[in-house]
Amino acid sequence: MTARTVLQPADISRALTRISHEILESNRGGSDLVILGIPTRGIELARRIGAILDEIEPGSGSVGFLDVTMYRDDLAGQPTRAPSPTQIPSGGVNGKTVVLVDDVLYSGRTIRAALDALGDYGRPRAVRLAVLVDRGHRQLPIRADFVGKNLPTSSEERIRVRLRDTDGVEEVTIES
Amino acid sequence: MSETNPTLLVVGAVLPNGSRTDILVEGGRILRTGTGLTAAGATVIDADGLTALPGLVDLHTHLREPGFEQSETVLTGSRAAALGGFTAVHAMANTSPVADTAGVVEQVASLGVRHGYATVRPIGAVTVGLEGQRLSEIGAMAQSRAKVSVFSDDGKCVHDALLMRRALEYVKTFDGVIAQHAQEPRLTEGAQMNEGALSGELGLAGWPAVAEESIIARDVLLAEHVGARLHICHVSTAGSVDVIRWAKARGIQVTAEATPHHLLLTEDLVRSYDSRYKVNPPLRRSEDVLALREGLADGTIDIVATDHAPHPVEAKECAWAEAAFGMVGLESALSVVQAAVVDSGQLGWADVARVLSAAPAAIGRLSGYAAPFAEGTIANFTLYDPAVRRSFGLEHLAGKGVNTPYLDLELPGRVVATIHDGYATVLDGALVDSSVVAASAVAASALVATRAAVARG
Amino acid sequence: MRHLLSTRDLDRATAVGILDVAEDMADVAHREIKKLPTLRGKTVINLFFEDSTRTRTSFELAAKRLSADLITFSAKGSSVSKGESLKDTAQTLAAMGADAVVIRHSASGAAQTLARSGWIDAAVLNAGDGTHEHPTQALLDAFTMRRRLHGSASRGKDLDGLRVTIVGDILHSRVARSNVWLLQALGATVNLIAPATLLPVDTSGWPATIGFDLDTAIDDDPDVIMMLRIQSERMNAAFFPNAREYSRQWGLDDERLARLRPDTMVMHPGPMNRGLEISANAADSARSTVLEQVANGVSIRMAVLYLLLSGSVKP
Repeated sequence: MTARTVLQPADISRALTRISHEILESNRGGSDLVILGIPTRGIELARRIGAILDEIEPGSGSVGFLDVTMYRDDLAGQPTRAPSPTQIPSGGVNGKTVVLVDDVLYSGRTIRAALDALGDYGRPRAVRLAVLVDRGHRQLPIRADFVGKNLPTSSEERIRVRLRDTDGVEEVTIES
Repeated sequence: MSETNPTLLVVGAVLPNGSRTDILVEGGRILRTGTGLTAAGATVIDADGLTALPGLVDLHTHLREPGFEQSETVLTGSRAAALGGFTAVHAMANTSPVADTAGVVEQVASLGVRHGYATVRPIGAVTVGLEGQRLSEIGAMAQSRAKVSVFSDDGKCVHDALLMRRALEYVKTFDGVIAQHAQEPRLTEGAQMNEGALSGELGLAGWPAVAEESIIARDVLLAEHVGARLHICHVSTAGSVDVIRWAKARGIQVTAEATPHHLLLTEDLVRSYDSRYKVNPPLRRSEDVLALREGLADGTIDIVATDHAPHPVEAKECAWAEAAFGMVGLESALSVVQAAVVDSGQLGWADVARVLSAAPAAIGRLSGYAAPFAEGTIANFTLYDPAVRRSFGLEHLAGKGVNTPYLDLELPGRVVATIHDGYATVLDGALVDSSVVAASAVAASALVATRAAVARG
Repeated sequence: MRHLLSTRDLDRATAVGILDVAEDMADVAHREIKKLPTLRGKTVINLFFEDSTRTRTSFELAAKRLSADLITFSAKGSSVSKGESLKDTAQTLAAMGADAVVIRHSASGAAQTLARSGWIDAAVLNAGDGTHEHPTQALLDAFTMRRRLHGSASRGKDLDGLRVTIVGDILHSRVARSNVWLLQALGATVNLIAPATLLPVDTSGWPATIGFDLDTAIDDDPDVIMMLRIQSERMNAAFFPNAREYSRQWGLDDERLARLRPDTMVMHPGPMNRGLEISANAADSARSTVLEQVANGVSIRMAVLYLLLSGSVKP
């Protein structure tokens, strides 16, 4: 197995900063924005994006997290997954622009589950998707609105995102 | 007669006393024993390496007929007996109608004679309908053609002290014995298993040892007071062994039996809630099992009796509390006894012959078993291979019941041949066809009548 | 998990895992849409040989909130009350394609018999078997205790050091048995208080201390006091002289209630006999967790159904 680093800490930081600016731009400001991270690493990425938003436009980074385990379509074929908590910011999601944040966009099934889950918490005005890495191989008609880096991969390869707070190191690697 | 019941020559069997002998059976009797015997035209059974035991006598069998033929019949039960090495069984009275009249016991006995796999000795009920209210016609049953000498309400305890006293006294008249199912009914209402740490954990209503021991204590004192014979069925606790040991030391005429399953299995099996292990009295602690083995070895427990209790499949395919009590035991008894007390060195084969043949025959007043293998006695014996081991399976059962607790357990020994009244009921480990056995029985019936006359004399 | 038959099989990690999943399930109850699609297409059968409206409806709600198809078989009026055997019923349910069977039965061990019989391939969930176990009740009790102790920070925690006193008919209580094993796995200590007639004759194998005197137990300052329901049929069977004497000796009355710390939890699996084993004030006091127990029951049963019915690899 060989591992190749494709994003260094500085690259990750730049990507998140850019994504944050793009979010503000497309939303025409920071009002009614809710940033929801998808476990596990999406939570940390959402927290960082929220912090950057707050820096640019104080009060704009309303951050929560959304567990999609109970909405997955592959529960039967896998070992039992332990769900993790969901935390919706106190303002709820009704009428808001919700930005879902995940580390890697691959088949699109996680995002499909996230859209279903989100629907059970309310009716956002719009839902956007931000990902650190888009590696292709979509199985559903889903695309990201904000992408840190597009990484064309073969499906045998594995993308690993590691973040300082969850993994001790900060990098994105391709393993094959 | 020789057409149906050919001369049999058993070559090279080892007797319970350890001596090696040939056995020549002719005309229903043991004609000769010794080495190097020959007989022209005889059916030869090679018994090299086999142990010859006297025909086993079960003092406690449920044949279920009449009334519960879906569970067992005299035919199927006595086939199970033959396959287990038994040549005589005592059929318990809890049939429908209950064996509380001469008519019922004569019917059961005659069915046994007709099928021919074993001598069937009916046990008479102590009380009418096993209801514990009035004595049944004990005298009529004793003097019937069935010549009943053992009386029992087994399945139920004769718990009324006065009635028990009267029963003990009354059977003296006919040289009978009361076989008591010792179970204090109020202490065992709804009982499901041995009462102790495990019953508390499993949430099953307890069957306390004291419910058995207190009845035994009462009854041995009653037997002493009235000078009667008392037999205790299926003793299951260490405390009961102590009480009986004490009673025997006082000279009380008490005999006692233990079942094969109580000599081998413990209550830990109940943890599975597998109803094959549900039996009355219940499986007890390992301390009790050890005490029973010790009691059997020192003579406190006189005999092993199977309490063979067949049930239809549906009676066991349900939740524990809804399942019937009881296990089948005839086919496995000898193997289980070997596993429990012979292989451990506590009993020799001469002891096995005593506890499974001579002693139960004596308690049941069954003649012809006092001097097995003596020349001139009616030939009732079994040839047993103690060296083999087998995983016990349904194919080793011959009765209707499949409720054996030994399934898939490795057990020692195998019955190779059973000779009843001079003819084979089992050969090469398999039952002889029922039409052949029935014909042999007809041929031997004259003999049986002769023997009965001897017994009366 | 393949089946949930008793709490005796649960180790600490598994038990904490179930409670953690239940935390997530509890959140669903506070949403506008109280439903998850997780068990869509799964069939759950409630097989109740014994009446129990509370437990049955709790399981029904749990299964429905997870979008499972649910059928309830009650003994009354159906073939199971007409002598049909457990085997026939099980095979019928198997033919209907049940994925999970929730069984309540008056015979101890019935759930285990069903699970081990080979009559049916479904996951078996014991909803109370005779006087043996009632594992989801113990789990919801532990969940309730943990939430009172740790609130929203409950995830991942056990009940280490918690001192629980259980009072009443221990002998016939499946709730007590399940609690004894589970609480011990979670690190709590258990004290059982009852008249000697209502204790098993030998409790040497139980990880609990045993006492007869409720007042002594209250003086020992327990963190939790759990009152068990006293069944009226016990009075007729001479387990104790009468209700008045039982209440005086082993009832949580107002005087005893006043001697408890303000934060001592008063628990009861329900339904309560107010004025017998528990006074109205005790049942309605701020210490009482009775209504939380009911709400938490749904969350625990959702968690267990999820863990039994999702995943192909059974740990």
